[in-house]
Amino acid sequence: MPKSLAPWEIERKLMVKTEDKTNVRYGHKPEERPAEEYMRYGVINLDKPAGPTSHEVAAWVKRILNLKQVGHGGTLEA
Amino acid sequence: MTGVLPVTLEESTKTVQALLHSGKEYVCVMKLHSDASEKRVNEVLKEFEDTIYQRPPLRASVKRQLRTRKIYYIDFLEKEERNVLFQVGCEGGTYIRKLCYDVGEVLGCGAHMQELRRTRAGPFVENSETFVTLHDVAYWFIEWQQHKDESTLRKFIQPMETALTLVPKVYIRDSAVDAICHGANLTAPGVLSLETGINNGALVAVLTLKGEAIALAKTFASTEEILNMEHGVVAKTERVLLPRGTYPRVWKSGEK
Repeated sequence: MPKSLAPWEIERKLMVKTEDKTNVRYGHKPEERPAEEYMRYGVINLDKPAGPTSHEVAAWVKRILNLKQVGHGGTLEA
Repeated sequence: MTGVLPVTLEESTKTVQALLHSGKEYVCVMKLHSDASEKRVNEVLKEFEDTIYQRPPLRASVKRQLRTRKIYYIDFLEKEERNVLFQVGCEGGTYIRKLCYDVGEVLGCGAHMQELRRTRAGPFVENSETFVTLHDVAYWFIEWQQHKDESTLRKFIQPMETALTLVPKVYIRDSAVDAICHGANLTAPGVLSLETGINNGALVAVLTLKGEAIALAKTFASTEEILNMEHGVVAKTERVLLPRGTYPRVWKSGEK
């Protein structure tokens, strides 16, 4: 059986089916979202400190940034 | 345990599903319970590469059922007396504590996990400009509140699309966007381009030409098949990420 590649080792190419343009009047490039929206549609690449659980750390971020909801990608046990 | 913990803010929490499927990488210190040669440790670690079986530990948040996990690579780094340092790239949901225990069993001397640091969670890595501490978050947020300079926000927050970097992408027409936002499935005429290596049943990110994430979807066909399709459903919309009405509604509602 061939060795399976990690998701970050897989190389993908973009295949074009048809060409089209996008209208600048609608939506935003992700990095050009207005500030409030940019935050609500944002992710933090956080260095988890030792001690608190992943949930506790996420809850701190929620409080610091005064947000309604935060989540985290994969529990890193305390 | 320390290291990479992607924290999703409000709306971006919907991308967690994609992050959980994007793999993890750890650096681990394993403590052997008696002496073993470096060569032997190296050999045994290599035996754990590829597919392994694990039963989640007693204190786990999932059902304790034997399951398989992929170990993409496991590399011996250093050994000092009974401490072994190694790096492992694995599927999400792999218990490293369990892996250390099992390595110890195969070695015959017993072992346990001493220290663990996550060096990667999907597209998020340490040693990158975006990697920040809780202190950084608090500092930059106050800075942002005082000066309202948007570049401050970008220093510690990334757009949710960053979380989807490793998920294969499908780009669609502006005119197909709003239907997807209302939960419709993606059909062939809307597809403009897509990445290679997509299989039937794969999780894909559906994006606008501006690169905004519209939804996560499960495909009904492969890259090659989709490229040749003129009509029909290409993917089932699983999780909508873009609010309705961002793009104009150009579709007709079905007859009742």
